[in-house]
Amino acid sequence: MADRTPPKSKYTADRNIPGAFEGETVTRRRFMTGSAHTVGAVAAGAFALPALGFALGPVFEEKRQPWQAVGAETEFAGDTYVPRTITIDATVGDSGKSTVYLRKYNSAVDSEPRDDYNNYIAISTACMHLGCPVHFVTSAQRFICPCHGGVYDFVGKVTGGPPVRPLDRFYTRVEGGQVFVGPRFSVNSELKRFSPRDPGEPLDGVGQFLYPSRPTMRKLPNT
Amino acid sequence: MAKLKLPVPPVPPQLKPLPKRPGKVYGPQTPIEHAGEAAATAVGWIDERTSLSGGARWMMFRKVPKGTNWFYTLGSATMFSFLSQAVTGVFLAMYYVPSSTRAYESIRTINNDVFLGEFVHGMHKWGSSMMVILIFLHMGRTFFFGAYKYPRELNWVIGVALLILTMTMSFTGYLLPFDQRSYWASIVGVNINGTGPLVGPYLSDFLRAGPNFGATTLSRFYAIHMLLVPGAIAALMGFHLFLVARLGTTAPPWVRAKSSEQLREEKVSS
Repeated sequence: MADRTPPKSKYTADRNIPGAFEGETVTRRRFMTGSAHTVGAVAAGAFALPALGFALGPVFEEKRQPWQAVGAETEFAGDTYVPRTITIDATVGDSGKSTVYLRKYNSAVDSEPRDDYNNYIAISTACMHLGCPVHFVTSAQRFICPCHGGVYDFVGKVTGGPPVRPLDRFYTRVEGGQVFVGPRFSVNSELKRFSPRDPGEPLDGVGQFLYPSRPTMRKLPNT
Repeated sequence: MAKLKLPVPPVPPQLKPLPKRPGKVYGPQTPIEHAGEAAATAVGWIDERTSLSGGARWMMFRKVPKGTNWFYTLGSATMFSFLSQAVTGVFLAMYYVPSSTRAYESIRTINNDVFLGEFVHGMHKWGSSMMVILIFLHMGRTFFFGAYKYPRELNWVIGVALLILTMTMSFTGYLLPFDQRSYWASIVGVNINGTGPLVGPYLSDFLRAGPNFGATTLSRFYAIHMLLVPGAIAALMGFHLFLVARLGTTAPPWVRAKSSEQLREEKVSS
């Protein structure tokens, strides 16, 4: 490597730069260029970062789902579903409302352990394929999705079509004879509870790690 | 008798006759003639200060290869469909209200009450499909004519970015009428985005501005649809066109260059 140029001195004076001071390692021109670029970057960041945060903020915003009364205990039986309308987002009028299907816990079909939150089973109508609204067909005892042919059995497990996990559920609790519907949670194919996910995101196997839930929206602790 | 030549008094420059112009013998004289020259004068005034005419000539009067045919107009057709979308979109925005409680009503007003409203809305609605069809035809032309090869790879890449941005426009625009079809189609679309592993759930939240379709989802889609993406499309389209002018267009693959007999390899080596 004979043609390699010898290493340059760190000092500008050694490099014969006009107007260089003794002991100066960065030329004033280079310092000036660097400072101007830095000031420009600070100015651009000063408007770009707040705007970006402004747009991304809602991702990290905490949203509480309030408990809503949906009817007296006597209105719900264990062998069929009763539709009820709840409000998911109160700020957008009718498009913020959603249907849930409710019934009593039925030990003949329900296998999951009982606790305070599943005396009544509340099934979400968002299809777990891509979020279309499913409806319960009484004669078939199935939930059917109109969009892409997803079919779920009586407890909401997938029996056909493209959905990747059983229908989401809502916590329910009973207070003074009234049934209340609370936050939503997702279930895997064993109906184990998980923090709420969006449709299309499987929860079996590595699915729960590939599709993280919102950090600000978790299932209730110890459930 | 010899002619006596009297000395001519010096004329002040203001009173000197104008130099001759080509065309008319004395240049414009009457006010009507001056008015006829107004456009040339205005263009000349701007060009003298910007030298833009050279750039315009460079852009408009290019050499094109032999065999250039109607397929080469698909890119311009895509651009004009974008311009049509931009113009009709601006005028639709004068009546549209991006609020989840009033959007549907404002679209109904446009369609039923506004003069030519249904027509302009229809142009925007059907024109969007037209733009997507044209962009794919243009892409197919580029692919089958081999026009993506060196040195035009970057233009292909920009074209793909433009295709993705056009798809973004289609997706965000679909929600704006806010009827049942657009609402559920957008829910399905956002959930398709969410099926991307790891980043998918966050992308869905960004698009919806939260865990559910809420008050700001529609205005967010509206802002993306009419401010963010059109600006990016216009800028990239400008760069796309610049590269087309810079690199020139390709001949169709069936047109072969006539090679000189002297340059044939076997002739040169012998």
